[in-house]
Amino acid sequence: MRLLQIVNAGKQLYKTFSLQELRKGLGVTGRQLFRKKTTIMYPEEKTPKSPRFRGLHALRRYANGEERCIACKLCEAVCPALAITIDSEEREDGTRRTTRYDIDLFKCVYCGFCEEACPVDAIVMTDIHEFHMEENHECIIDKQRLLELGDMHEKEIAAARKQDAPYR
Amino acid sequence: MTTVTIEVDGKSLPAQAGEMLICVTDRNDIYIPRFCYHEKLSIAANCRMCLVEVENAPKPMPACATPVMDGMKVFTRSKYAQTAQQGTMEFLLINHPLDCPVCDQGGECPLQDQAMDYGSDDSRFLEKKRSLPSHDIGPLIATEMTRCIHCTRCVRFGEEVAGVVELGAPGRGEHMQIGTFLNRSIDSEVSGNMIDLCPVGALTSKPYRFAARSWELQNHPGISPHDCLGTNINIQTLRDQVERVLPIDNPEINQCWLADRDRYSYEAVNSEQRLTQPMIKDGRKWREVDWETAINHATAGITTVLNSGSGNDIGKGIGGLAAASSTLEEFYLLQKLIRNMGSDNVDHRLQQCDFRDDNIAPRFPASEIQIQHYNNLAAVLLVGSNIRKEQPLLALRLRDGCNKKGTKISAINPVDFDFNFDTVESDVAAGGQMVRSLATQAAHVAQIKSAELPFDIKKIADSNPGFEQTANNLVAAGENGLIIIGALAQQHTDASLLKAISQWICDTTGCKLAVLGCANSAAGWIAQCVPGDNGMNAGQMLGQNGSAGLRCFILLGTEPELDSIDGKSALATLNKAEFVVQISAFKSASVMKYADVLLPMAAFTESAGTYINCEGRIQNAKVAVTPKGEARPGWKILRVMGNFLELNGFEQITIDDVTEEINLTDITPSCRLVELQFHPTLSSGEKSTPDLMESDSLIRVVDMPMYRAEVTLRHARALQQTADNPPPAAGLNPATASRLQLNDGNRVKVQNQSGSATLELRTNDRLAENCVYVPAGFMETTDLGRHVRVTVKKIE
Repeated sequence: MRLLQIVNAGKQLYKTFSLQELRKGLGVTGRQLFRKKTTIMYPEEKTPKSPRFRGLHALRRYANGEERCIACKLCEAVCPALAITIDSEEREDGTRRTTRYDIDLFKCVYCGFCEEACPVDAIVMTDIHEFHMEENHECIIDKQRLLELGDMHEKEIAAARKQDAPYR
Repeated sequence: MTTVTIEVDGKSLPAQAGEMLICVTDRNDIYIPRFCYHEKLSIAANCRMCLVEVENAPKPMPACATPVMDGMKVFTRSKYAQTAQQGTMEFLLINHPLDCPVCDQGGECPLQDQAMDYGSDDSRFLEKKRSLPSHDIGPLIATEMTRCIHCTRCVRFGEEVAGVVELGAPGRGEHMQIGTFLNRSIDSEVSGNMIDLCPVGALTSKPYRFAARSWELQNHPGISPHDCLGTNINIQTLRDQVERVLPIDNPEINQCWLADRDRYSYEAVNSEQRLTQPMIKDGRKWREVDWETAINHATAGITTVLNSGSGNDIGKGIGGLAAASSTLEEFYLLQKLIRNMGSDNVDHRLQQCDFRDDNIAPRFPASEIQIQHYNNLAAVLLVGSNIRKEQPLLALRLRDGCNKKGTKISAINPVDFDFNFDTVESDVAAGGQMVRSLATQAAHVAQIKSAELPFDIKKIADSNPGFEQTANNLVAAGENGLIIIGALAQQHTDASLLKAISQWICDTTGCKLAVLGCANSAAGWIAQCVPGDNGMNAGQMLGQNGSAGLRCFILLGTEPELDSIDGKSALATLNKAEFVVQISAFKSASVMKYADVLLPMAAFTESAGTYINCEGRIQNAKVAVTPKGEARPGWKILRVMGNFLELNGFEQITIDDVTEEINLTDITPSCRLVELQFHPTLSSGEKSTPDLMESDSLIRVVDMPMYRAEVTLRHARALQQTADNPPPAAGLNPATASRLQLNDGNRVKVQNQSGSATLELRTNDRLAENCVYVPAGFMETTDLGRHVRVTVKKIE
């Protein structure tokens, strides 16, 4: 028993003074030093994103400028985080439209169910993931803002949808 | 009936011979898909969705039209049945648009559900779908006829239940179209039920259009306050706002139906004219204040009036009036408030003007027959009742009885109303003639039963016999007969006589009696919201017999200038009063003129309360939404007023504390007068209402149009646009009109002792001759007061 203790202490002494573990670690570092880099210089550099990336929401329009959303409330119903609130009414021309379309970005879990539920591809998730709020209330984005986002990024949104279309 | 045994999906089930298969499966919780079949409608078997496999049958059989036979073996989910159902579904979906996301039926649509459960996942139809134009069929129902699957439920509802054929299905096959004939609108008072019946989104509710989705609505069971039935309603809300009202199936009251009045009155709750903040009048200007200031102002005003009284007279100058649609608790606290101040002037019967039988009145106006037995009567006599508009769902039951059991219905009315059932005899008599017609019936009864006719009735009875079948039917019916005293009889200047004569007929023939009071009137009586021996009734308070000299009024949910038959005296009295406290959910220009304090009250969806219907059934309604703005439930306002006035007995904390104080034991529905009295004015031979043929002047026939009778209804937007609510006009029989050289559409001035009204003339051959019909409930006609004799002159 005692003999075993003496042998172990001797091994430990050798490891410590021969710097065996330090040299092993430096070996890893040395190898990585000459490999291709995997990190990027964010935000100057960015990684490519999938067309299915689920970022900030947007409401789309048709080419003639008419909003797509028909206030069917399926996105509101499917939302697992209850982040969407919609009020609807009959617009003057007799069509079904929203009077309110709010998304609470703090509640949203970015699952993309709303996009999948939408029968007219109105609510979509863009690839924008760099956004921030300065005031607490800004976490709720309303219909006007959502439509603006859609207008602003329509090209990218349409391209992403097109790219993913064969798999839908 | 012989009992047979059939086998459904391997389960052995007992059934009545001859009954339809779908009835047996429904009873045993085996679901068979269906569109056209409905329990309350006749069998059409035209949707073919309920096809099932029956052993040894050459084809799949429709379960709704296949009578059961002993030993029959049925398979509802066999491969054969499923293929048949799938095929039917594919055909149904050929022309049905895929617009579920914008369709209001989406989420509660049998077609949607059954397409998921019984349909296939793909369509083989590549051709063009059929599309149809949709017509505007009135303010209540929105149409989208492309979605129609031709189940004809709506058509059958109109023909069989509502009794008005407003929708039909002209055309065959591909060209079949459901529609109104000649682009008319749907005007039935129960038309909203077609929306519930429609299995697709072809007929949807117009006021509810695109407002919400069925899955996000919360259900709140409630009671409709608008008639004496206590209809069970489901108030559906979204984010604390009432979005729509649906019926709750109660076979003992409303079955699965709902009158449009109960269905659409919720619109008033969300209306712009809601009073949402307490207001007080400073000099001539109104300003919004907080509750404490308002109640202080109110109690200060009341106290001033109280203090100026002396000795026994303290409080005598105060009067309280409640709307008939108030809850039991509101009635109770109002009368307690008034009585604790030393006054006995409290009433809720604003539409009545004859109060002579108050001292012999029963506990509450009631129907001696339960609502569910209205389908099983042998004979009915309607006295002054337009039952179709007053209690639409009772009229449906009478119609059902008339069609299925052969109920013989007669009427004595000032107008030959367009009922949805056949009448055996319809005696059109207005004014004093109405009493005379009823007395004549009593004379016939006396003759048949060889009973002695009381001298008082004998004197007024007509010597010329006529309309003898009515009496015969009532005598033959005995216990199965019913006399209904409607609103028009209760508003009559000789209401007490009409009631007494009817009761005599009932006593003699053994028939039952029903006095169908308006709204929650039964609760008003039970809570003692009627004047005591020393008190003034609504008529006296509002100065129908000359000024009563009341100085202070507390009004609960009522606008007497429109709710009272005599709007003119009401307005004059209130304008003269020193202090008027209005507790109401709505504000209006005329109220702002006479009131001094406006206290915002919760509407019927926003307040808990007890309703008692005409059969004495006690039903509790719960709160569905929080009151708008600063509004508070009526009972709370009255309770706090009691506290501020330092009165005893206002310590209730919850509404249950209030209900517990009220004696609700022994509510037997009896509407018989304690003793039979014919009022002396008539027994002395005097005619209290003018006789028809006496002079050149005309008799005014007055009623409360169905959507004008309550402040809530007057603010319900869609109901106000219906055909049942035309702008006020003067109605004249064509014969009378031509005698006076007047034509339909003329502007006429209707004038009487109290004032005049300028109205358009409408000839109406359903009116009695020498009568002019001018409705109450409109500011345009208030001026006419209650004087019966009028003249009609043309304005050039």
